[in-house]
Amino acid sequence: MEDDAPVIYGLEFQARALTPQTAETDAIRFLVGTQSLKYDNQIHIIDFDDENNMINKKVLLHQAGEIWHISASPADRGVLATCYNRTSDSKVLTCAAVWRMPKELESGSHESPDDSSSTAQTLELLCHLDNTAHGNMACVVWEPMGDGKRIISLADNHILLWDLQESSSQAVLASSASLEGKGQLRFTSGRWSPHHNCTQVATASDTTLRGWDTRSMSQIYCIENAHGQLVRDLDFNPNKQYYLASCGDDCKVKFWDTRNVTEPVKTLEEHSHWVWNVRYNHSHDQLVLTGSSDSRVMLSNMVSISSEPFGHLVDDDDISDQEDHRSEEKSKEPLQDNVIATYEEHEDSVYAVDWSSADPWLFASLSYDGRLVINRVPRALKYHILL
Amino acid sequence: MAAAATAGSSPGSGPGDSPEGPEAEAPERRRKAHGMLKLYYGLSEGEAAGRPAGPDPLDPTDLNGAHFDPEVYLDKLRRECPLAQLMDSETDMVRQIRALDSDMQTLVYENYNKFISATDTIRKMKNDFRKMEDEMDRLATNMAVITDFSARISATLQDRHERITKLAGVHALLRKLQFLFELPSRLTKCVELGAYGQAVRYQGRAQAVLQQYQHLPSFRAIQDDCQVITARLAQQLRQRFREGGSGAPEQAECVELLLALGEPAEELCEEFLAHARGRLEEELRSLEAELGPSPPAPDVLEFTDHGGSGFVGGLCQVAAAYQELFAAQGPAGAEKLAAFTRELGSRYFALVERRLAQEQGGGDNSLLVRALDRFHRRLRAPGALLAAAGLTDAATEIVERVARERLGHHLQGLRAAFLGCLTDVRQALAAPRVAGKEGPGLAELLANVASSILSHIKASLAAVHLFTAKEVSFSNKPYFRMGLEHLEPQQRVINSPTWKRGPAWIWAPSPCRDQSPVTPVSTLCAEARETARRLLTHYVKVQGLVISQMLRKSVETRDWLSTLEPRNVRAVMKRVVEDTTAIDVQVGLLYEEGVRKAQSSDSSKRTFSVYSSSRQQGRYAPSYTPSAPMDTNLLSNIQKLFSERIDVFSPVEFNKVSVLTGIIKISLKTLLECVRLRTFGRFGLQQVQVDCHFLQLYLWRFVADEELVHLLLDEVVASAALRCPDPVPMEPSVVEVICERG
Repeated sequence: MEDDAPVIYGLEFQARALTPQTAETDAIRFLVGTQSLKYDNQIHIIDFDDENNMINKKVLLHQAGEIWHISASPADRGVLATCYNRTSDSKVLTCAAVWRMPKELESGSHESPDDSSSTAQTLELLCHLDNTAHGNMACVVWEPMGDGKRIISLADNHILLWDLQESSSQAVLASSASLEGKGQLRFTSGRWSPHHNCTQVATASDTTLRGWDTRSMSQIYCIENAHGQLVRDLDFNPNKQYYLASCGDDCKVKFWDTRNVTEPVKTLEEHSHWVWNVRYNHSHDQLVLTGSSDSRVMLSNMVSISSEPFGHLVDDDDISDQEDHRSEEKSKEPLQDNVIATYEEHEDSVYAVDWSSADPWLFASLSYDGRLVINRVPRALKYHILL
Repeated sequence: MAAAATAGSSPGSGPGDSPEGPEAEAPERRRKAHGMLKLYYGLSEGEAAGRPAGPDPLDPTDLNGAHFDPEVYLDKLRRECPLAQLMDSETDMVRQIRALDSDMQTLVYENYNKFISATDTIRKMKNDFRKMEDEMDRLATNMAVITDFSARISATLQDRHERITKLAGVHALLRKLQFLFELPSRLTKCVELGAYGQAVRYQGRAQAVLQQYQHLPSFRAIQDDCQVITARLAQQLRQRFREGGSGAPEQAECVELLLALGEPAEELCEEFLAHARGRLEEELRSLEAELGPSPPAPDVLEFTDHGGSGFVGGLCQVAAAYQELFAAQGPAGAEKLAAFTRELGSRYFALVERRLAQEQGGGDNSLLVRALDRFHRRLRAPGALLAAAGLTDAATEIVERVARERLGHHLQGLRAAFLGCLTDVRQALAAPRVAGKEGPGLAELLANVASSILSHIKASLAAVHLFTAKEVSFSNKPYFRMGLEHLEPQQRVINSPTWKRGPAWIWAPSPCRDQSPVTPVSTLCAEARETARRLLTHYVKVQGLVISQMLRKSVETRDWLSTLEPRNVRAVMKRVVEDTTAIDVQVGLLYEEGVRKAQSSDSSKRTFSVYSSSRQQGRYAPSYTPSAPMDTNLLSNIQKLFSERIDVFSPVEFNKVSVLTGIIKISLKTLLECVRLRTFGRFGLQQVQVDCHFLQLYLWRFVADEELVHLLLDEVVASAALRCPDPVPMEPSVVEVICERG
């Protein structure tokens, strides 16, 4: 069986921001934010129809400015947060805000496909995350398991925890912490751990990874010099509570056990330029996706450090009844850690990759030239993991 | 009759009517007989086939056949033959008949003659037998007489014979008794004379008798005496045995005698071992004394020789004697011996190891190898004798360990030498710079280092090779080869300490060109090449990152929105060019130029085409017009279609151009990514334009394909333009002026 060809969608503008619609678990839907200094920026809602291999898009106007980061609420399909640039005179400030998309778009209904392209609808502003005192917003992350009421934003060297109140129309700064030290310290990225009852957040700044406890807003671990150069992104293993992956300008992807901060558990060195994004698959944590400015997306199979190091355990009796080819596949040695596939559909630097929240075998990647590519995990591997 | 007999006796010259008849007939008849035989055996062909008409035994016309029928024959003759032939055959037949008649006559004569002579003989025999009968009768009577006489004689002698027999018995008994009575004195004498063997033999002989008749008082006295003497004898033997001054064979003899005296074997065995232990410990002590710290230790070969002949020899003797003496003891005895050897052996090994440890300091390999060889060989003999004690294994282990340590030592030596070289060179590199004088060239230094390291490696290889020399007994052990192979990669490992200032440290894989029987040269070369490549790649990365870091900081920290109109190239760009030039010089000392894509000679004068008006329009003019935002992407995508993907951190070749291309690629890609993260004002864009043009002016000469630099710089400027809300590019001529001024 041939693997399905990738599906490519082109945006008119440069783009860096990509997120799956986290609260949506049925339809495959991604949100993409554009970057344009001269025109109104947009948020594209990309609906992927898996059966027909078709893409449906809706465009929302995001007039506040070019979008650097986007994240969707895990509780409400219609709510999302963006970090955007606001240019005034000779100053650029990156702000963050929480938005609600129009009702008829949030479920991706297909009733009005015609007019959506002609008259783009506008996002409804729910609240600003006031950062006048804190500087540029680098990213906004939602509490992963929560009810969509708590978010963390990273602004320069501050980490800010917000409570959204009154149906998200008001953001109250609950607590904050800041990074002290010499030089210009700035957070580049952060992730909220789904473990420990969502009380941990990890951030990247320069070459260091730090873990924070959101209850006390204090640092709980620190991995100095996690990468030789700037750390670009990190992600938590969704099934193993102490494991996280990071990537950076040294072209490496490193896997850490936060209980031992001196040494990475594993290092991947496959990309030939900076790695901008690393994402664990939400259900099969051996699948790790990375995007890099060498314009490649790589899918790696890190079996040995996953939560299923010996593959999915199935009783042998079950298999004997199955068709032959299945048992053959099963009897094979467990896969080694390796790069499963390199996707070269992009021609510019890939700044964002992410898995779909609905289909664990599907992911999207976005390059700077506005090309969004939707790919699937190779079938052979999928069956190998499942069977 | 007599005449007939004579005629019959000589038939060959017989007086037959047809003298030629029998002459001609003889072979004929013989042939016929042959023919019959042949027929009988089924060989009818051959000669018979050669004859015109093979004799068919069933043919009724065959005269000689068994089924001859005269009528048929005659009929046949009459029917077939003409008259002449009939006549011929008639005469022929008459002649044959005549010959047959005479033959028959002769035979009759002969037989008759024989018959007569036989009758004569019989008659004579009859006479003789009658005479013999008489003689036999006489003989019988004589024999009867003789028997009679003999019976009478034996009857008369019967009485005496019995007495004589009795007397002889008494005599023997008396002699035995005499022996018994004399036994104590004899034993004493023997003991006095030291003829212990004889004494033991006597004792052995008398023992049983004395045991049997011990109820008689006189015998009991003798037995007691004997026992006393024997006890003394045993005592003396033990004494001698214990004195230990005598050599192993004598001791063995003592033990043998004691065993014959019926001493308990178990105890003897213990004692024997104890004595042997004493002796061997003596040897060990002397060995240890040689080891002692104060006297200058003899060389290791002497030591092992000494140990081999003294201790191992002794051990061999003991083991052989033991096995001979106590064979009856069965597995328990063997076990005891094994334990004994094992214990002493381990002590010996401990000593040897201590000695060998002293040798580790360095010194002569060949001596050590010979010593080890001898040690190993010596131990093979008792090893065969006492497989259970596992001495050989232990010995092999020691040899292996020593060899390994030796290898380790060499390796360490190599490492030290290598580090020494590094330090020297580092100093050499640092010193002249400080003094500001022209120091020795990098290439020269490199050559020095390479040659010195090569010689070091060669020396240690030569030393280590001794271990695998053919004649050394343990060289065929597989682990030895393994051990050596171990060494080789480690040599490679030495090569790779990454020194950040690294340019001097990548030498071509010359060091491993020396022959090595253990690891194929090609593998070594490949390994060295690989190491060198890794080093070089690392160097490129490090240098690239240094420049990248500079560029990144310069882009990140500047406020591009509110910058002023560019008047100058930014200082950081000049730094970049300076650094690149420095690297170029450095690398140029070590590597050749490398291949460069052919370009027009005056590339430097080339206008930076991106900014020339025509192309500029094509490239980012559409961004100014608000009508079609798509075109930007379209155009840049189309352009990308025709340019190859740039692999930024790609492996480098061993030449200058490749190294510099790598560094520049890394730097420019960084610049591009950084620019994309910023927002530029109009003058910010112009500044980038100026900087890029400046880089273009100076960097093209370093790279293999200057198109690459164009491409990357184009992309930087295009990205900056995209990141600028108010993109108004500077006039190319102005840019050029600024750059040339800078």
